[in-house]
Amino acid sequence: MFDTLRLSAIPDADEALRPLVREFAALARKSRPAEERVRSWIGYDAELSRALGQAGLLGLTLPKEYGGGGGGPFARFVVVEELLAVGAPVAAHWIADRQSAPLLLNYGTEAQRRFFLPKIAKGELFFCIGMSEPGSGSDLASVRSRAERTESGWRLNGQKIWTTTALHADYMIALVRTCGSSSDRQAGLSQFLVHLRAPGVTVRPIIDLTGTAEFAEIFFDNVELGEDALVGQEGGGWNQVTAELAFERSGPERIYSAVVLIDEWIGHLRTHGRLQGAAAELAGQFTAQLMVLRSLSMAVTARLAAGESPVIEASLSKDLGTSFEQSIPALIADDLGSHPDEAVSSDFYRTLQFVSRIAPSYSLRGGTREILRGIIARGLGLR
Amino acid sequence: MEELDLLPSFERLLDDACPLEVVRAVEAGGSANRLWAAVEESGFLNLLVPEAAGGAGVTLSNAAPLIEALGAWLVPAPVAQTMAARALLAAAGHSAPPGPILLATAAARQTANLPFAEVADHALIELDGKVILLRLTPEMRRPAGLHASRTAALVFPETTALATLDLSAGALRALGAVLRAAEIAGMSAKALDITISYANERTQFGKPIGKQQAVQQQLAVMAEQTVLARMAGRLGCASGLPPAQDAAAAAKQAASAAVPLLTSIAHAVHGAIGISEEYQLQLYTRRLYEWRLADGSESYWAGLLGVSRLRSEAETSIDFVRAASPV
Repeated sequence: MFDTLRLSAIPDADEALRPLVREFAALARKSRPAEERVRSWIGYDAELSRALGQAGLLGLTLPKEYGGGGGGPFARFVVVEELLAVGAPVAAHWIADRQSAPLLLNYGTEAQRRFFLPKIAKGELFFCIGMSEPGSGSDLASVRSRAERTESGWRLNGQKIWTTTALHADYMIALVRTCGSSSDRQAGLSQFLVHLRAPGVTVRPIIDLTGTAEFAEIFFDNVELGEDALVGQEGGGWNQVTAELAFERSGPERIYSAVVLIDEWIGHLRTHGRLQGAAAELAGQFTAQLMVLRSLSMAVTARLAAGESPVIEASLSKDLGTSFEQSIPALIADDLGSHPDEAVSSDFYRTLQFVSRIAPSYSLRGGTREILRGIIARGLGLR
Repeated sequence: MEELDLLPSFERLLDDACPLEVVRAVEAGGSANRLWAAVEESGFLNLLVPEAAGGAGVTLSNAAPLIEALGAWLVPAPVAQTMAARALLAAAGHSAPPGPILLATAAARQTANLPFAEVADHALIELDGKVILLRLTPEMRRPAGLHASRTAALVFPETTALATLDLSAGALRALGAVLRAAEIAGMSAKALDITISYANERTQFGKPIGKQQAVQQQLAVMAEQTVLARMAGRLGCASGLPPAQDAAAAAKQAASAAVPLLTSIAHAVHGAIGISEEYQLQLYTRRLYEWRLADGSESYWAGLLGVSRLRSEAETSIDFVRAASPV
């Protein structure tokens, strides 16, 4: 079962990227409080994204002819790992670099590739993904937003919601219905490039329980799209989205969302001289799980590097990773609370409570725990 | 890769020499001599011995799938430990005695309960800060008296070292822990196969229970923990012989922590048949319970790794983890 997942080393050529990206990471670490850094891949800084693009650290998996790095998935793994390790705010380019660019490379027209990919690699064009709708969450095939044919292209109507980074993104790649009705399920879905400043598009922020407008709802009111807005095949949207999700689910970000909190906590333990006993055991538990989950994420990355689409393996990696991430604030909170007379810095306290509040989202975004376990069960031959 | 070449023939050997009847017979107090003779005859006991010393010179990293197979076949004798002991002895210029060799650590001249100590002839043991090879005598064994188990503690009123090895303190326990992590992975994978087959066969409410979402979700968790245990064992095996302490700690912490979760799911899915003696599941789960705590449980290794982490100068947890990872 899952025998293809093996201990896999990072190729030397990809490791060679580390010193450069560590310079950016060190700067982010010095210049931002932990409370900000723990937002990491939902923390927005367009300037950082452009600087990373200028330095050649985005679009690493894209061919050089499209302005990319011409590397494999491990090149991106190294860069992402170093940025997430310190909580550098990578949200601006995150979706474009991780998902939209590979999608356009695999399914886009030559013109789409030539237009979009170099700008993504430069950190100049930011994307979001239009999947969820008010009536469609886990049951993604029930989307009702619809694009209808016009003489010059398509006319889009409908609504998307819970869309991460939509407030700052330039484009959305939206999954919408192009034929049939929601009872046709996976058939009749297509993906479109939608410019978020186009007439008829309204983006409204949604404030979350941390006080942040990290996601948004987007309304499409007779949005006119050109022929060239279609991505891939008309009616092929479902298969394209499924392939895309293997990229979304396997990366180190599914393990590292709360590592900044661990390191702040370790700083706290050192301040108070608690380097033995229960605290050490908990630090060791976190470290052991990080080490093994990292090797699992690398094993899945090796499948991507081999040109496979490891959908089941990625689901497994994400469910294990997010369960670990979610355990971190609960266990650290218990440790702090078990020493009620210990002084706690306000930055660390806010960092802890931010993660406690946002942690439920770790196992929602990119496919819920229950959906992922269903995918794994199918892989086990149970469905 | 060497391991791919060797694994099929090793599995054939285990199929022939170690069917479940042999496992049950040895656990019930029978002799492991025939099983041992077959393994000895195959040459695999010298798998890890350097080529210069007449062995196959396979690294522990490449041997990991074979160690997992020893777990999957529930081999009722310390075969992996003997392989490792022979490698250590050979590297130090000593010849290994025939028969099973246990790896052990003793504080105050007594060990913890050691699985299959009753069937071992020798022990490579860390005792009073020294690693020595001992011949085991019946007076040294304190059987646990557990049903269907050959577990015993060892006591050493006085000892005659057959050989002394220059190994750092804790190295032997780390090695034992890594081997057990890999064996846990093998046992878990087999227990998962059995549990999935059962879920597809057992019908209730007019359909196989594996069609029930509640059961599917549990089996997905079991599969996750099984994969986690395998990555843990591979990670530990890749860190050398003897392994680096931090990598060994991560390996055994994760593998041991997986055991309660995956065994409880295996039994829950099976219902009452799973706890009957006649059915095969209990062979795996009983073994997993013993392996989880042998050579240190998850908390033991978490404690050691945590102290190492808290004392390190690594700037971040990821820096620490990268430095401690063998790949």
